[in-house]
Amino acid sequence: MSEATLFGLCGAALVGLGLYGLICHPGALRKILAFNLIGSGVFLLFGVIARRGAASGFGGDPVPQALVITGLVVAFAATALAVALVLRLAQTAGRTGLDPEPPARPDAAPERPS
Amino acid sequence: MSLTAPIDLGLAILLLGLAVWVIAASATYRAAEGFIAYGLVLALVWVRVGSVDVALTEAALGSGLTGLLLLRAAARLPPADPAETARPGKGVRVLAALLSAILTGGLAAVVLLLPEPAPTLAPAAAASLPATGMGNPVTGVLLAYRAIDTLGESIVLVLALVGLWSLAPDGAWGGRPGALTTAPAGSALRFLAQVLPPFGILVGIHLLWVGADHPGGKFQGATVIAAMWVLILIAGLRRPPTVTSRAMRWLVVVGSLLFVGIGAAGTWLAGAFLAYPDGLAKPLILAIEAALTLSVAVILGLLLAGPPEAECPTEARS
Repeated sequence: MSEATLFGLCGAALVGLGLYGLICHPGALRKILAFNLIGSGVFLLFGVIARRGAASGFGGDPVPQALVITGLVVAFAATALAVALVLRLAQTAGRTGLDPEPPARPDAAPERPS
Repeated sequence: MSLTAPIDLGLAILLLGLAVWVIAASATYRAAEGFIAYGLVLALVWVRVGSVDVALTEAALGSGLTGLLLLRAAARLPPADPAETARPGKGVRVLAALLSAILTGGLAAVVLLLPEPAPTLAPAAAASLPATGMGNPVTGVLLAYRAIDTLGESIVLVLALVGLWSLAPDGAWGGRPGALTTAPAGSALRFLAQVLPPFGILVGIHLLWVGADHPGGKFQGATVIAAMWVLILIAGLRRPPTVTSRAMRWLVVVGSLLFVGIGAAGTWLAGAFLAYPDGLAKPLILAIEAALTLSVAVILGLLLAGPPEAECPTEARS
């Protein structure tokens, strides 16, 4: 098995793991972590496609590589925005999950998102 | 191939093990720690698939800055929230596992059935490379062949910062970002924050400069420079600027503005938006890269620093 196939299968497994975590973790921050796993798995699949497209004396197709770099920067920006939303949710509603019916808390009146 | 196969297998096992750790760890903080290690192993995997540029970005941005962001958030969230410990029922988990397995199986089948010979855009990218004067094909793609993606991305970063700032509570507008301010830092951290930044900034500029011909580039350089700024902020040696600071806002947008300006000038001078006039491609690309490095470094640091916070309730509305 070539290293491209091996890491391609790795990327496929990462996407599956991330999806499981995204569904099963109630905490919003854990969902963000899981979503980043999905993202890195997709990037790795793309990297494997870049590796297979090696031509013209390059070690890999530079177009997917450049797109992955762009994707990594955008993923970081999206993660920063998502983390800020979670922190704000905890500040205003006193909860860190996305469950629409949080357990009753005496100290904070939960706001239902409209 | 035979020599590197065990290394590849070891990397793959380590990567998947750390990914399982990120999903299965009981505490969010430990999951975030696992994510940093995961990112570093992933950077090594990127080297193995021949993308050193991506490996540098993954190590600096995907592992370093994202890990710091998640660690800070895990530390700031209220601990032991009951909503966070309640897990879904067994039926939901089995269904989710089944769905994930189907997805992984489908993707694995795609990987195994990829077409031979592999389609590639490398010759097209290589054909446009000599005109740009660049030796690194990835930089050439980012700033010439697919410059429109990079332009879009630089604008997305500005929009993300606008979105982040708009989460500021009423009354906190005009304050300073507060997510990185800590209790008084220990002397070791303060010392590190005094000694490391000059070297880090040099490394960042070096990455930007060699990015023309070797692995590296503006995003990698900007990430290292942003990390140095964040280190200074965490150690408490400097405070982040207020969000109303004009100078800082100019720094945020200068990269995108220059990129759009040069791109628009290309409409008249070279016949197409984002085209470079003959012979001027390299200096123009260097100018865009330098301005983008500055803007991206400032934006990354501000994204980590979070929305503005009221410093104390009495001066919040002043």
